Amino acid sequence: MTSPLEQKKIRITGPSVVTANRTWDGAVVYRTAKQGWSTELADSAIVNTSDEARALLAEATADDVGAVGPYIAPVELKDGGKVKPGNLREHIRAKGVTIDLQVPA
Amino acid sequence: MYAYDELDRTLINERVSEFRDQVKRRLSGELTEDEFKILRLQNGVYLQLHAYMFRVAIPYGTLSSKQLRRFAHVARRYDRGYGHFTTRQNIQFNWIKLAELPDALADLAEVGIHAMQTSGNNMRNVTSDQWAGVAPGEIEDPRIWSELIRQHTTLHPEFSFLPRKFKIAITAAEHDRAAIKIHDIGLRLHKNADGETGFEVLVGGGLGRTPFIAKTIKPFVPGRDILSYIEAILRVYNQYGRRDNIYKARIKILVHELGIEKFAKEVDEEWKAMGDVGLTLDHTAIEEVRSRFSYPAYEKLPHMPDELKQAAHDKLFERWRKNSVSAHKVQGYSIVTLSLKPVGGPPGDATAEQMDAVADLADKYSFGEIRVGHEQNLALPHVAKRDLPALFKALDRLGLATPNVNLVTDIIACPGLDYCSLANARSIPIAQELTRRFANHDTADLIGRLHINISGCINACGHHHVGHIGILGVEKNGEEFYQITIGGRADENAQLGTLIGPAVPYAEVADVIEDIVEAYLALRDRPEELFVDTVKRLGVEPIRERVYATR
Ligand code: HEM
Ligand code: SF4
Repeated sequence: MTSPLEQKKIRITGPSVVTANRTWDGAVVYRTAKQGWSTELADSAIVNTSDEARALLAEATADDVGAVGPYIAPVELKDGGKVKPGNLREHIRAKGVTIDLQVPA
Repeated sequence: MYAYDELDRTLINERVSEFRDQVKRRLSGELTEDEFKILRLQNGVYLQLHAYMFRVAIPYGTLSSKQLRRFAHVARRYDRGYGHFTTRQNIQFNWIKLAELPDALADLAEVGIHAMQTSGNNMRNVTSDQWAGVAPGEIEDPRIWSELIRQHTTLHPEFSFLPRKFKIAITAAEHDRAAIKIHDIGLRLHKNADGETGFEVLVGGGLGRTPFIAKTIKPFVPGRDILSYIEAILRVYNQYGRRDNIYKARIKILVHELGIEKFAKEVDEEWKAMGDVGLTLDHTAIEEVRSRFSYPAYEKLPHMPDELKQAAHDKLFERWRKNSVSAHKVQGYSIVTLSLKPVGGPPGDATAEQMDAVADLADKYSFGEIRVGHEQNLALPHVAKRDLPALFKALDRLGLATPNVNLVTDIIACPGLDYCSLANARSIPIAQELTRRFANHDTADLIGRLHINISGCINACGHHHVGHIGILGVEKNGEEFYQITIGGRADENAQLGTLIGPAVPYAEVADVIEDIVEAYLALRDRPEELFVDTVKRLGVEPIRERVYATR
């Protein structure tokens, strides 16, 4: 999972979204089609071409107060239109740590 | 314990209100993230995968029960009920909200705790032996020197804008528990032939992308001159250090490129040319700091109290005592290590309940004092031997008496891909699986001392290069793979490990480690020969053959 934080050239090869961390609490958020942010991946604007991706990222980056460090992340589109994270890193960001925290009884 | 003076307290409080204002301006949009980033980093605030991460310093690993209780409070009030003790005598909170951070900082400031110099290109938390002041045979308490250096370098302009971050570690014991050879500057306190106390100074250690073991630059620098000598090193570093390339900016690269002789010569010349810059520590200055460290009023106690004799029949107690209890410089007392490595648990994590309970136990049995070591465990530094059986029962109930200190399941691991935005691969679940594989304490005892270190990327926060077995997460075509090295060590004989073979996928790591351990058991020439010593005697090849023969 090479860190996507330093994305230079934008070239996507499949459906993608723009994700970031919400400024006030750091929560993982996704850019919506309504120029806002949502904590639900299902609400995200999905782009399919590099031009669209670039435009969505530029628009998201302009909202510096709302969220920090936006970047483009791959997603998978399942039958019935369900959106899934496109790699393990994004899976962990969407679903939380893969560790069951041990809390003593 | 160390008592902060008024100056420190004022400084800490000023930093809190300054940061509160900065956060307010960030949330209102007055500050952009670009402007704010450097400010938050100066206060230990990183951005991770799911949230901000907050790193708090535990200077030289010494905590009071009051401070530990405050960590529990922060974990409960502002986080998700736990914290993570790191390899650099820090604690990290993983889920803190930016909007609440000023409150968390303020709550910590009340007990003299802060997050200054836990990130950024400055002088970081000066670390030390977690047994400082209580280890038998120690030259003197190394924390006095950590503190003198901390005072000199905290917020000092020259140390706030270094080419890269800078880490110092100090030890005063025969056995190096502070891993001084993998620090930018390592200091070993010892006495010269005239009985004078001073330092062997090592320089240029560090791991990461280009790992180096520190080399001795001067065998003896008198204690009173240590600040001026460090100043000379930093001046040479500031003059030559590469600010143009972040990967080459650490002092280790400079030392490597110039060679230690040339670097030493430059430093010596600088040191001479500097003349008296007011950095010589006079007796009063040293004694002033020494007097701020208080030691408990130990009782005169028997070496072998009845309570201990009776408990010797309890097999579980005995196993724990042999593993986790160490000799203290005062007769009748012990140092007790609290394993934060339960079977199946994330290494170094402690819940708020555990922190509160340990604080209570410290009050009851350890003069209110707790220590934090780079192995990501805690210690109670002054436990009367007669209290050991009762303490064991209490720790066992809390899940803090796993008898695995220094054994195969006492794993050092960085947060990895579960938390860290720089990660290639996960670290914690690998550690968890390994602790399950080696969960049988008899097997672990049979294997003996064996340090496994795991990092999720080349930054090496888990010190994988110096693990007896080192595991490094890499990425191959979007999948998690792991490179495995053997034969590294972090102590006075520090050495980098050697790659044993091609990287293996996530699902196979635990199998390979089991095979490595089996190969060692078959190849060691006697039960006392430690894993690292077998690797040293035979080299990597015989182990590689056994492990990879069937793969
Ligand atoms: C999760 C957030 C973290 C981030 C973003 C992070 C980042 C980094 C980076 C970028 C470096 C390399 C710096 C350099 O070589 O100049 C580094 C080194 C280091 N980190 Fe972390 N780290 C994190 C957590 C931790 C934790 C949890 C620990 C302890 C368990 C830790 C301990 C260390 C140590 C000891 C080094 C020095 C290794 C060396 O000698 O080069 N870090 N970290
Ligand atoms: S080693 Fe890499 S993955 Fe692990 S904490 Fe450090 S930067 Fe993150």
